[in-house]
Amino acid sequence: MKTTKTIILVFTLMAFIWSCKNDNKENASTSPTASEQESVSNEKTGQAFIEDDEGKPTVLNIAIGSKDHTTLVAAVQAASLENALVNAGPLMVFAPTNEAFAALPEGTVDNLLKPENKDALANILKYHVTPGNYSKEFLTKFKKLGQANNQYVMVEVVDGEPMIGGAKILASVKAGNGIVHVIDKVLLPPTEE
Amino acid sequence: MKNVIKSTLAILTVFAVITSCNNSKTSNNKSGALASNVAEKVYVAPGEHDEFYAFISGGYSGNLTVYGLPSGRMFKEIPVFSQFPTSGYGYSEETKPMLNTSHGFIPWGDSHHPDISQTNGEIDGRFIFINENNTPRIAKIDLKTFETTEIIEVPNSAGNHSSSFVTENTEYVVAGTRFSVPIPQRDMPIKDYKGNFKGALSFISVEPEHGHMDIKFQVLMPGFNYDLAHPGRGASHGWFFFSTYNSEEASTLLEVNASQNDKDFIAAVNWKKIEEYVNNGGGTMMPADYAHNVYDEATHSATSTMIKEVLVVNPSEVPGAVYLLPTPKSPHGCDVDPSGEYIIGNGKLSANLTVHSFTKMLDAIKNEKFDGDAYGIPILKFEDVLAGSVEQPGLGPLHTEFDDKGNAYTTFFISSEVVKWKLGTWEVLDRQPTYYSVGHLTIPGGNSRKPQGKYMFAMNKITKDRYLPTGPELEHSAQLYDISGDKMELLLDFPTHGEPHYAAAMRADIIKERSQKIYNLEDNKHPYAAKSDAESRVVRKGNEVHIYMSTIRSHFSPDNIEGVKLGDKVFFHVTNLEQDFDVPHGFAVLGQNTSELLIMPGQTKTSVWEPTKVGVWPFYCTDFCSALHQEMQGYIRVSSANSDTPLKWSLGEDIE
Repeated sequence: MKTTKTIILVFTLMAFIWSCKNDNKENASTSPTASEQESVSNEKTGQAFIEDDEGKPTVLNIAIGSKDHTTLVAAVQAASLENALVNAGPLMVFAPTNEAFAALPEGTVDNLLKPENKDALANILKYHVTPGNYSKEFLTKFKKLGQANNQYVMVEVVDGEPMIGGAKILASVKAGNGIVHVIDKVLLPPTEE
Repeated sequence: MKNVIKSTLAILTVFAVITSCNNSKTSNNKSGALASNVAEKVYVAPGEHDEFYAFISGGYSGNLTVYGLPSGRMFKEIPVFSQFPTSGYGYSEETKPMLNTSHGFIPWGDSHHPDISQTNGEIDGRFIFINENNTPRIAKIDLKTFETTEIIEVPNSAGNHSSSFVTENTEYVVAGTRFSVPIPQRDMPIKDYKGNFKGALSFISVEPEHGHMDIKFQVLMPGFNYDLAHPGRGASHGWFFFSTYNSEEASTLLEVNASQNDKDFIAAVNWKKIEEYVNNGGGTMMPADYAHNVYDEATHSATSTMIKEVLVVNPSEVPGAVYLLPTPKSPHGCDVDPSGEYIIGNGKLSANLTVHSFTKMLDAIKNEKFDGDAYGIPILKFEDVLAGSVEQPGLGPLHTEFDDKGNAYTTFFISSEVVKWKLGTWEVLDRQPTYYSVGHLTIPGGNSRKPQGKYMFAMNKITKDRYLPTGPELEHSAQLYDISGDKMELLLDFPTHGEPHYAAAMRADIIKERSQKIYNLEDNKHPYAAKSDAESRVVRKGNEVHIYMSTIRSHFSPDNIEGVKLGDKVFFHVTNLEQDFDVPHGFAVLGQNTSELLIMPGQTKTSVWEPTKVGVWPFYCTDFCSALHQEMQGYIRVSSANSDTPLKWSLGEDIE
């Protein structure tokens, strides 16, 4: 039942995004202008907004479709990182739950979502992304992972399970362009490399 | 309560989407005045020529395609490493030897990185070279005819990827190996890779007049993967730079095991020093086995020669010849700016771009500031050679090109964009999205001292919805940008063929002035040419029947042939007598299972036919050559093996 609701939400979103894109296209065909190109480079166009009902969901689709990741999705959108998450990848996303975000000191998330903190937010989010696609079991082979923000996150094995920067993997969902590991903590990039 | 929050979030998200949608519409509406501007920038009027020509690799098609810029029109597909039905390349008797290798005849290839010949660091438009990645080979295409005229196999190499880049006077075309392998190849356990496999960097000399290629020497490097390369120019002319990854020397699961080291290397090779060493008798001649295939324009035929030895050099034996520059995280593209000072390592798993300084490198070498060595090759200190970093310009940097104003343009695969940045200050000046997931980019003259910074095109790996989404297989998309201003401006989408791993582009007028329109019939030295109707004839040698056939609008000579028997091997040697621009003739005979032909004016080409059925079989011209093209036909009579039909032929009269 909850799943149905989520699906409806996702489809509604897609429908809106798609109708928006069509509008753009109509404009493009009638008046291809110089600044039309600027609108093409607008943050809400690109690979993330392609209609595709046949392919396996991307890591972004999975995050959008999850009720436990609304904060993460809002953050990804605030940082305009949608297109990076639908790329051919492969991408491994460590997706903190809403609870993980809620556990941060009060006001942290609200502060990060402010437009002036877009870069800081993007940096934190990119620290949750690895170019790669490894199962939970396979992650035990690593000592560290090179993240998309150019920093490393340490991997420890505790009771046979990989702990990613101290976070525990709660669940894993395979995506069309990689894998999403749901984690119980927000990973904060080390301040000094 | 939870539900309320959820719904609120959902509604907010939807609003966010709608709002952004409205914004983009607004920006559309306010810009109507410039409506025709972009279209005019790419419009090439009928009969006009494009300002630039781009040569785009065909990837797994094995070929090279020719495009016009700014129109994005595709003019030609040049067959290089693959058989090509359009012209019979690789099927006709004359061109089959082009695809010969030490592994036998290979009908297809994987072409990668075209590079145009240069004189004094500027593109001279004589030849273009391109590498075959799978069965290592380098081809030379003559830009006067757009024909592949030479292919040399590269021994001791495997995955010929850091190729085929030319030095600034086309002294060498250079080919580095992606896979390190046992040298010489031998039966050994894969687990013994480390320390035993080697990576060969091949320096293939190019003879100045005809461009003939010859492997001058191979440098046998440590068993890393050599990914891409570029020559030094200006002050750094005489050096060559190769990006490496897998300095871990792993042989399995490279996606993990080749990403363990924080830094790999750019290998700097002083080829002038090694050349001098070799010229003074240095190096070791080792047994080898590789094909050298040359197409002779006089005989219109290719020959394949097997070469049995190659000169190899151990870099530790030539002090001062090779150094390793630490470069973060598995660099892919290795690009050198037009001045020759900056060497850019595009670390594909790094978020930053690393720029090395040639001057600082020389300084570090002079002061012997080494940080250990790898198999006897000195490693320089990262900080000592670093010119600067472009901080977090995007995700997944692959390749960098340059304009003539001190700017660099880098592609980012994961964030799907081209980022323009300033050499020296390393500041990001502009970014434009690509559609989608860009691999390489090209600026005309980009790999030379004098790029022409007017256009840049990005070649994307992912197409998705850029054209009708009919798949699963889609041609890749490319985008053309105007880079003459401060900001890049997207002008055009155009499809590319195969997978364009790289491209080289140049001014079209340089090609135009050298273009060859016909082959001179008088210069035709093909042993089976029939240079007039009177020279046409049929000759039997045992079970081989050689037909010396000529074509002119609108007949074959001869056009009636009798006396061929089952079991014969019939050679149609067809000479096109035309000496007019753009009047090819074609040839096909029913049941022919080898090659159709397309024969250029003054050229001779051969197709072999082994008839399997008794009968009278037609042949005809497959190229609409003239008003009487449909009349351009003939018959060949095939009799049983034991018949006594005499061998006769005719044109314009009955065979009696």
